[in-house]
Amino acid sequence: MIDSILSFCDSVLSNQYWFFIITLLIKLVICFAITIAFIPISVLIERRVASFIQDRVGPNRVGIPATIFKRFGMKADLPFVKALDYFGLPHDGRIANICRYFRLDKDIPLLGLLQPAVDGGKLFLKQDFTPPFVRRFYFWVAPMLVLAPPLMTAAVIPFAGDLETPYGNINMVVANLSIGPLWIFAISSLSVYGLVLAGWSSNSKFPLIGGIRSSAQMISYEISMGLSIIPLLMIYSELNLSNIVQYQADNGWLLLPFWGEGLTVERWVLLIPIVISFIIFLTSVFAETNRTPFDMSECETDLVGGYHTEYSSMKFAQFFMGEYAAMIVGSSLVITLFLGGWSIGFGIDGWLLDNCGNWISTILQLIFYVLKLAAFAFFFVWVRWTVPRFRYDQVMKLGWLVFFELAVINIFITAAILYFIK
Amino acid sequence: MSEETSKLPKDIAAAEGKVNVQINGTWYQFPRGMRIIDACKSVGVHVPTFCYHPKLAIAGSCRMCLVEQGMPPRLAPGQAPSYDAQGYQHIQWMPRPIIACANTVCENMGIKTNSPLAEEVRAGVLEFLLANHPLDCPICDQAGECKLQEFSNDYGKLKGRYTESKTKKGKNLSVGPNINLDQERCVLCGRCIRFMRDIAKDPVLSFSQRGTHNAVTIYPGRELDHPYSMNVVDLCPVGALTSKDFRFKMRVWFLKETKSIDVNCGTGTNITIWSREEQVYRLTPRQNDEVNSCWMPDEHRLNYRFINSPQRIPQPVIRTDINAPHRASTWEPSFSALAEAIKRVPADQIAIIASGRMTNEELYMTRLLAEQIGTKHVDIVSRVKESDGMLISADRNPNTTGAQVILGLENPGSQLEMIRDGVQRGKIKAILCLGEDLTSPEAGFKAQDFENLNYLFVMDHTASDTARAADLVLPGVSFAEKFGTMINVTGRIQRLNKAIEPIGYAKDDWTILQSITKALGSNSPAMNAVSSMDILSLIGQEYAALENINWGRVGDCGLQVLETGVTIPLIEQEKNPQG
Amino acid sequence: MAFKTIKRPKISIGERFYLKALLGGLVITMKHLVLSIIGKSRSKKELGGSGIGVTMQYPEYRWDKHLPEYYRGYPVLVKGEDGRERCVSCQLCEFICPARAITIKPGEVPADSQWNKVEKAPVEFEIDMLRCIYCGMCQEACPEQAIFMSQGYLLTPTDKKAGVHNKAKLYELGGTKQGLVNKWNAYK
Repeated sequence: MIDSILSFCDSVLSNQYWFFIITLLIKLVICFAITIAFIPISVLIERRVASFIQDRVGPNRVGIPATIFKRFGMKADLPFVKALDYFGLPHDGRIANICRYFRLDKDIPLLGLLQPAVDGGKLFLKQDFTPPFVRRFYFWVAPMLVLAPPLMTAAVIPFAGDLETPYGNINMVVANLSIGPLWIFAISSLSVYGLVLAGWSSNSKFPLIGGIRSSAQMISYEISMGLSIIPLLMIYSELNLSNIVQYQADNGWLLLPFWGEGLTVERWVLLIPIVISFIIFLTSVFAETNRTPFDMSECETDLVGGYHTEYSSMKFAQFFMGEYAAMIVGSSLVITLFLGGWSIGFGIDGWLLDNCGNWISTILQLIFYVLKLAAFAFFFVWVRWTVPRFRYDQVMKLGWLVFFELAVINIFITAAILYFIK
Repeated sequence: MSEETSKLPKDIAAAEGKVNVQINGTWYQFPRGMRIIDACKSVGVHVPTFCYHPKLAIAGSCRMCLVEQGMPPRLAPGQAPSYDAQGYQHIQWMPRPIIACANTVCENMGIKTNSPLAEEVRAGVLEFLLANHPLDCPICDQAGECKLQEFSNDYGKLKGRYTESKTKKGKNLSVGPNINLDQERCVLCGRCIRFMRDIAKDPVLSFSQRGTHNAVTIYPGRELDHPYSMNVVDLCPVGALTSKDFRFKMRVWFLKETKSIDVNCGTGTNITIWSREEQVYRLTPRQNDEVNSCWMPDEHRLNYRFINSPQRIPQPVIRTDINAPHRASTWEPSFSALAEAIKRVPADQIAIIASGRMTNEELYMTRLLAEQIGTKHVDIVSRVKESDGMLISADRNPNTTGAQVILGLENPGSQLEMIRDGVQRGKIKAILCLGEDLTSPEAGFKAQDFENLNYLFVMDHTASDTARAADLVLPGVSFAEKFGTMINVTGRIQRLNKAIEPIGYAKDDWTILQSITKALGSNSPAMNAVSSMDILSLIGQEYAALENINWGRVGDCGLQVLETGVTIPLIEQEKNPQG
Repeated sequence: MAFKTIKRPKISIGERFYLKALLGGLVITMKHLVLSIIGKSRSKKELGGSGIGVTMQYPEYRWDKHLPEYYRGYPVLVKGEDGRERCVSCQLCEFICPARAITIKPGEVPADSQWNKVEKAPVEFEIDMLRCIYCGMCQEACPEQAIFMSQGYLLTPTDKKAGVHNKAKLYELGGTKQGLVNKWNAYK
């Protein structure tokens, strides 16, 4: 029986089309699991880190059994005993003991880890209110247009090294396109439509201003963002993100060239344009994701809630998730381009491959990628709660008068360096 | 010498029958004999006053309008007057102030309303008035439009030094069916007494007692029940006389004022509608010396409750079968149903009964509807009763003159009997009733008459017996909810302004008529009108009598467009007091 | 002079990049974060913080006895020592309310009442606590010392209707207040 199943699997996987489809599905699941799961996790990071920075506790009240007994009073009032009384059960009866065995008599706060789940549930249960006089179709479409592009762009980002299997080589990226960065820019710039449509269709002044602001801001920063990675592409001479990461795994991360080819003088000279690119790119990612120093489009102090003022329930949550998804995709792009993507670095990748086998190294790389992503999410939060919000004119000035010029000059610097060292 | 003196300002002014007066340092010219208070007002200098009212006799009892005044010094025998560079004589200021309401201007007079003396005497008068005034402002209906409040804020000391007990007088006394009297709040200006004596000619009010106990009282055994009695509420500068109808309804500072006209009779009394949050709270007269002076009959003043009454029809109501009950409908299906019903009946079997309570714009749309249908049976319900000899005219329709002009009716109401006959004899099969209750005594229809009809359409704002019998009822709006113009009995066109939004799903009457006419296939230019102002301009192009009329030209106080020969008794009396 | 002209500080080119300020800010927030995690937040002891940071675990522990006298809780209506409802429905609070939370329906005091001298009293007095912004302007505008900002803050309406306090609820929350001016006395 088992033999027949195994032989069936073997025959299916030997067929290269079936092999492709099955591996693709697995990769899809991993890729989207990472992106989607990171949304609540980064929400938690956001809230927890923010509270620690402000000397608070942060979300800590939600626990198992989801504070269900809270309706019977506070902790000091022995809610469990009251709950038993409510159902007319003896205090040391069998049911009470079973409950005690499963620790139902007190809350287990679990560091507030349940908070995102409960938040999500709350958002589902909230009243989904569509205000009168909105342009209904666009009002409904807008949140989808915000959430979809970041999820689509995640497809081209490699999340682990290649895996050699008896049936063939699995490339750990959903879509191994040779135009990786271009695809990301093309798709992620679509999310501006969601914001503008949300602002316009809400038929309200603050959302409209928010939508217009965000479109102006995102288009401005897309330019410096695109220009800032041209020096990298000149150095890599490559547009395939898998190959870019592989190059970094072999020859040192772009920002930390400590091994392989990275020990040469040329790479250290090239660090000047790379650092400039990194700063521009990082800042532009902040601006593109509408995160705090640049969250002009939802700036509460002057726009109430910006483009999502009129939204509620899951439609609002979609904007919320879209922002975090964009943040995660943006971080993964920074990691991939500058910080070696999935590579563990310091030549460990090659050593692992040689000594511990392909599977272990791939899994370790995946874990390392996720850790890097988490660290970057923390960085986003850290910056958010440190840097105050810019004024709108300052944002535009920075984008057009500083980063745009700097990025263009940076291209020429890189070209000159490359001309002399290669 | 003689040439120089002839150039002096006093001679220039005298040639026009005027005098030179210096007010607060600036020289003006005023007609000889003008009151100082009017002179100050005409140049924008405010003089506070309680007892003075332009339409009443002068009493000079409140002393609030004290101003500092000066004249040229009296010349010694043989002394020649001396003039300064501008040609005015030196003004010698009097040591004591005079009241501005009871004194007239004269040549080379000086007036100061902002001098230390004038300010001090005003503050002193206010302190005396407030000595016995109760601290009633939180419960006083006049608060917010109280002259005593305003003046003590503007001119008073804002702090009393009077520590003795206040004199107690009567509070919350009912002096008439509509009026409450609070003697403690009274400032003894006597405006109410003069109004009742001179205008209403029913002198039931008077002062009684003396000194600090002096109070306005009503004659024993009499009531303040004159049909114009509520004007004393408007006249009272403080909260002594208050309206029972408006008592504790709403504070005046919440109310929005909308200029409009009264629609209860042909006089078209100018009124102000006071509303808050789509609710009308009161009507007050608005000064128009050609129509109503400053007054208004009580009956008309109190006739506003129907605007927010539950009897109003909030949405179209349709009955598809004779025996079926009425059910609520929406606008578009109602229009098409009505257009189909009208097309089914031959044109000469359709009668349109419009109303003299409609505005000119609505009447114009009615005419277009009649032309579109092709019927000649168009008339209004006439309401002629007796005039009260003051403001209520014999014609109780506010716009009969407009109906005569717009619908071209020689004799309004003359066709009505023919239509009624036609209905009873089965010659008329459909009636479009616009803003009227046909079962009212004026129209004279019987409930069983409607059984002869194939179709009865009613456009009205309030449910009536006619509406209950109708096949289709479309809700129009009351006078407070629409813009429009009406022509009063003297031939004066006046504006109605919208104070509140239509109740429920009701629509402006002229838009209903427009939609019906459009549904019947008209392409008149009025079909493209977007406001009643547009229609008024169309009327101005079409009718010689109303040539070039438009909303702006009509103005807040109306425009005399026709000569009907009808006059308003109270205004005639005011213009010729002897006759 | 009512205002003072302050010269903008001159900033050098190095400072203009704001890199030092930015990094300094990041260091400060990181310091707070680390101190919070190891449980050594500043003034934790004085503020009675529990666990991480200075947070007071709210439903179990309350700040009530530290509330300052001027604390503005929800607005309430009060009765005087003589038991008279002090509000005369002058509607000044309704007028001043910037959130338009107050709706008053004025009415007359019945002639047989002990307090018919006051003439006017609210028939209904509603404060929409979902709109109220606790600014205290109603208390300031009140000429009758009838409406006060209480020290209460525990309001948890479970539906929108329960969020509107009517007259009975406002008097229940307000109770009787001592030592107010009795304006409507016999000598007024």
